[in-house]
Amino acid sequence: MTWIWNNSPALPVVLLLPTAIAIPLFALIERRLARWLALAVSLTTVGLSILNLVKALSLGPIHYHMGGWPPPIGIEYVLDPLSAFVLLVINTIGFLVLVHAKKVVDREIPESGKHVPYYAVAVLMLCGFNGIVVTGDFFNLYVWLEIASLSLYGLIAVGSRKAPVAAIRYLILGTIGACFYLLGLGFLFTMTGTLNMADLKAILPAVGHEPAVVIGLGLIVAGMGLKMALFPLHGWLPDSYTYAPSSSSALIAPIGTKVGAYVLIRVLFFIFGTAYVSRTIPVTTVIGWLAAAGILYGSIMAMAQTELKRMLAYSSIAQVGYIGLGIGLANPLGLIGAVLHLMNHAAMKALLFLVAGNFRTILGHSNIARLDGSTRRRMPWTTAAFAVGALSMIGIPPLAGFFSKWYLALGAVAKKQWIFLAVILLSSLLNAVYFFRVIERIYFARAESSAAEPRTEASASMLVPVLVLAAALIGLGVLNAFIVKGVIGKIVTSAMF
Amino acid sequence: MTKFLLGHYGYWFVFLLMTLGFYGMVVKKNLVKKLIGMNIFQVAIIMFYLSSAGKWKATIPIVDPAIGTAGTARYIDPLQHCLMLTAIVVGVATSGVAYALLITIYKRFGTLHEDELIERMKNDLDME
Repeated sequence: MTWIWNNSPALPVVLLLPTAIAIPLFALIERRLARWLALAVSLTTVGLSILNLVKALSLGPIHYHMGGWPPPIGIEYVLDPLSAFVLLVINTIGFLVLVHAKKVVDREIPESGKHVPYYAVAVLMLCGFNGIVVTGDFFNLYVWLEIASLSLYGLIAVGSRKAPVAAIRYLILGTIGACFYLLGLGFLFTMTGTLNMADLKAILPAVGHEPAVVIGLGLIVAGMGLKMALFPLHGWLPDSYTYAPSSSSALIAPIGTKVGAYVLIRVLFFIFGTAYVSRTIPVTTVIGWLAAAGILYGSIMAMAQTELKRMLAYSSIAQVGYIGLGIGLANPLGLIGAVLHLMNHAAMKALLFLVAGNFRTILGHSNIARLDGSTRRRMPWTTAAFAVGALSMIGIPPLAGFFSKWYLALGAVAKKQWIFLAVILLSSLLNAVYFFRVIERIYFARAESSAAEPRTEASASMLVPVLVLAAALIGLGVLNAFIVKGVIGKIVTSAMF
Repeated sequence: MTKFLLGHYGYWFVFLLMTLGFYGMVVKKNLVKKLIGMNIFQVAIIMFYLSSAGKWKATIPIVDPAIGTAGTARYIDPLQHCLMLTAIVVGVATSGVAYALLITIYKRFGTLHEDELIERMKNDLDME
């Protein structure tokens, strides 16, 4: 037990990486082992993440030296409240989606030979995201980023006929993003001579005024903006989410873009410090305005969509904008809003994409115009969960989505950014318009055939994750004061304001 | 100014290469050409790192008895080269995935030209 306790920062990555490789081998013995192995390792990482969060909150930041090499030379893994929190969010969502995945994968990926690699690649993707979050070394972060991204392209490409085209577009843009990050890191490295985050942070004040550092920061922000689909760098997102299998969309939408946001928060508020990024070089102001534009653009485009998954994809652009807005405010309340929304949006989007997956599996489509009262009669629980998710997205008070918007609004007021406040309020209205369009069809549209249809609710493996997430939205909303005080408060105090 | 321009001549070539690669990725319509642009872009970044490792009047980072271990200023920095080994591997993996995708696209739609691809995708009946 002490061994687990001592090595817990590295264990998620150390477990996930070999499992990703072992899954195809074990599947040779028994094909079903692929899914069970993925579920087992994912559940283990959830447990480890809880342990890590408890450790980080009670003992303060934990520095884990990989292979025993001390930091400036060796690679160090750092568990502070922020990384432990994001780690838990990622692994929990990943586990729930993997539980849900079986039926969706069986149905949406026709070639059964691709099922085993699918689970392997999904685990590899989770491994990449775990690595990004937990590492304390900038170059190590780049490697994990590429591991996660390459897995993402694969997860998208196995979808419908058009999916490979969406995947190659994402690949080209994603590689530009990663290259920008690497180039920016090159500038920082030539100026500071270190890749370790804590070391870099200590050296930066001495060289912060150099143009090379400014260019490096700008390139890193641009690269991560691409990865998190910050407007106007969102071009890859709608097609990828639409054509990917529903379980892939449910993995990518809640987790993928959030990791980009995490890296931005880490670099801006924990390495460079708020004073530098909001006053010396006003990067956060740019991010804030782009995010505000993205919120409106995503919401308006979502209203025009006829297909549920495509609508959710555009709504993702808007929701990522909220996180960007919180970063752009660059004050403690804005950061609370951003981090809280990172968690809430992960839960909401996972829920909604899983519901879209249920619709596609049971009804064979997820076209909004073809949903009606019969959908509700056939799948009462799924549609109820959808309603909870949609209401949370709009921001109805007891649900989780309200509170992150509330903190963002408070942050905007504190900063006297009235336009940002207006954008938050207006976009809530737009959210209501496009989600009520779906809710209206499910709950009020009369079924075309009046014949009593049999109840064909999704099976337990598809229903339980959806209901757990729906319950979580209510729970996270009710307990939000506890989360904000207990966890996010510590994140904010450890940031450089 | 002249000193700055001449002193950084390696970087100017690297940035030229980078622009070339970026141009290929963004402007070219053929997906293979886009990938070639992507490779040029990646290689340019690798060269950027490597040129930042260089020093005047320094030798390769293997202990030279004439210099000894004390005069570290006389050796070039080996770290960038090690980092770029990893970056090369990442680049190879990216190319591998990309070409696998291109093969699938070509099998399904019979073209790799972006405009034709969009045209053929419109006529393709999918599960929307």
